[in-house]
Amino acid sequence: MKTNIKITASPHVRSADSTIRIMWSVVISLVPVIAASIYFFGPSALLVIVASVAGCLVTERLFGSTPGSLADGSAMITGLLLGLTLPPGFPLWMAFLGGFFGMAFGKIIFGGLGQNIFNPALVGRAFLQAAFPVAITTWPAKSTHWWSLQGDNFALPFMSPVVDTVSAATPLGNLKFGDDPVITPVLDLFLGTTGGSLGETSALLILLGGLYLAYRGHLNWHIPLSIFVSTFVVSGLFFALNISDFPPLFMLFSGGMMLGAFYMATDMVTSPMTNKGCWLFGFGIGFLVVVIRIWGGLPEGVMYAILLMNALVPFINRATQPRLFGTSGKKKKEAES
Amino acid sequence: MKGLLSFKHGVHPPENKDITSGIASKRFPFPREVILPLSQHIGTPAKALVKPGDRVERGDVIAQAAGFISSAVHATAAGTVKSIELWPHPNGNMVQSIRIDVDPTSSQMRRNRIVPRWQDVKDEDLSKEIAKAGIVGLGGAAFPSHVKLNPPKDQPVELLLVNGCECEPYLTSDHRVMLEQPEKVYTGIRIALKALGITRAVIGIEANKPDAIEMMRKIKPDDMDVTIEPLQVKYPQGAEKMLIKAVMDREVPSGALPSAIGAMVQNVATTANIAAVFDSGHPLIERIITVTGRGIRKPGNWKIPFGTKLRDVIEHCGGLTEDAAEIVFGGPMMGLGQANLDVPVLKATGGILILSKDECKRQDIMPCIRCGKCLEACPVFLNPQLMGALAKAERYEELVDDANLNDCMLCGSCSFVCPSNIPLSQWFAMSKTQIRRLPES
Repeated sequence: MKTNIKITASPHVRSADSTIRIMWSVVISLVPVIAASIYFFGPSALLVIVASVAGCLVTERLFGSTPGSLADGSAMITGLLLGLTLPPGFPLWMAFLGGFFGMAFGKIIFGGLGQNIFNPALVGRAFLQAAFPVAITTWPAKSTHWWSLQGDNFALPFMSPVVDTVSAATPLGNLKFGDDPVITPVLDLFLGTTGGSLGETSALLILLGGLYLAYRGHLNWHIPLSIFVSTFVVSGLFFALNISDFPPLFMLFSGGMMLGAFYMATDMVTSPMTNKGCWLFGFGIGFLVVVIRIWGGLPEGVMYAILLMNALVPFINRATQPRLFGTSGKKKKEAES
Repeated sequence: MKGLLSFKHGVHPPENKDITSGIASKRFPFPREVILPLSQHIGTPAKALVKPGDRVERGDVIAQAAGFISSAVHATAAGTVKSIELWPHPNGNMVQSIRIDVDPTSSQMRRNRIVPRWQDVKDEDLSKEIAKAGIVGLGGAAFPSHVKLNPPKDQPVELLLVNGCECEPYLTSDHRVMLEQPEKVYTGIRIALKALGITRAVIGIEANKPDAIEMMRKIKPDDMDVTIEPLQVKYPQGAEKMLIKAVMDREVPSGALPSAIGAMVQNVATTANIAAVFDSGHPLIERIITVTGRGIRKPGNWKIPFGTKLRDVIEHCGGLTEDAAEIVFGGPMMGLGQANLDVPVLKATGGILILSKDECKRQDIMPCIRCGKCLEACPVFLNPQLMGALAKAERYEELVDDANLNDCMLCGSCSFVCPSNIPLSQWFAMSKTQIRRLPES
């Protein structure tokens, strides 16, 4: 009897889920958000995203652990997410550099996929925020024609971008630093017809993408839910006590909240592993976002809130170990003595 | 599915039971040779009582239990002892085995009663007769049944749980037992209850076997205090601790036996076979085995004599298909992969699973992305992610003391869900073996 039988260890069947499939469905779920950013901001949006993706892919290819690591899709996600946090008129060389920095110093230096502590897209964003504080907070006013480029995408490397358009404030910036603060209506925020970074504007599409991922089991819904609950409760408390001018719904739908809660904080590598841990993590993020937005020096706080909580994940994991079946939860050695 | 009793966590592998669940079991022809390892159970190997050249009849005891945690072996066909030699065992080792040349002229008919009628046995002697009949747990662990029927004196058993979950995908042998021998299941429960000196039993059956649930309900004798409990379909519902949690809503303390909370679990096929040996007078020499998977041409359920070689089973079931890729003794979640077609079918072999290439596709191992799915799958609430890191680094002391490796029952749920295809339960099994080999410190 001629056979091609192999011998393997149990289990002999595996779930259809795979890391590669998870990564690429995240990419697919971002397509509508990217399309919307192009619809709202014109070809500039596409250029910025392409530049940031290129920065990530090139870096992963050059320095990644294996030549095949591009195929896992994680570098693609980092590039897309970083691109979506940038303003439409952002110089392309800066976007590329941000992608390089996020991948190299946010991920590869730790040992590649699965080893990093901080969300690489946000590491790249934080680097850009520190290096180019003006460019990253310049939101050009809407141009008259959809097809015309915004801001100064083609500024040469190490040259300051020339902003020849009147810059428009984002809803958060307006409320915090504007001469005549206005609270942007929540419906505008929800649909995305406001100024802001590429992926900051359409809460609706991000929500749909996030719900799709949660339905597929590719995203732990405890994280966005806990962030929303905590943001709503904490900001609602401050609003009710007249400590701040930020209404809770405005807090939820403005800025990077949606993108951060559904796509950045839920990065599996840099979030806690137990649901209990995810609630602690999400609550911390919501609280920090509210505090930074109300009292910080920046209009937006989602990025730093997530990065700060990323740093606490190892401690959260240690504090939220599951209770062993058949025990009260204490370590066995203690229980026996 | 909601509303049915179950346990927390667990996984949902595709069931694939419809391949054989509707096929009635048939008698398997006697092979030319049977191979009977002296170790078909957990515990000390049995001691051979025959020598080469001896003539044996079907049902004769050919090896006796060596100590309390051991089990006797019987000739499963009439013939001549050819040799006692090391032979490949389904567990991968070479094990002393008795080879019997089956007498082709023998009628293999039933002989005089070897096991007495159970009504004629005193309650306290029932477990001795069960031991003599060579009965071990047929659910897969092959733990000698008489040991369980003699719980520690300070831990009296109050409830008998009959395990009809059959949570392993593909396998349908327990299902067929409940459909074809339901009266034997009840007689077996009667005998086990008498041996334990208790009156109450619960039969746990996963809800994907409605015909079995209905059958067990329909023929339940009025004088017996037995409940049939349909359970949520979820792997590993049939694990002892999970069944107890579902039915009694209690957790067996870590490191303890079910008797610590007054429970005893017995597989439904074991229960039926306890009745069968007392009814027929023959010891345990055959059982219903599911031969299934998309890699075998004629899947089915068969009453196969122990010692029949895998080669003969495959041949009689139409042979392997072109794309057969893996042969497994047991189910796909915990079964043992087989490479040698000369291994014999044993008491604990509930199924022979032949998977096609498509059914057991393996993808490359990727880095762990700390998704936490393994923590959500583990039925005993371990942290397989942490355990995997410790196992890979061979940090065995921490693996046992801090990560509780000893509570892992190797159910494979963590490996099943891992999107990075990390062979967690394989690492845990290897670690357990390594730790056993370490000198006591």
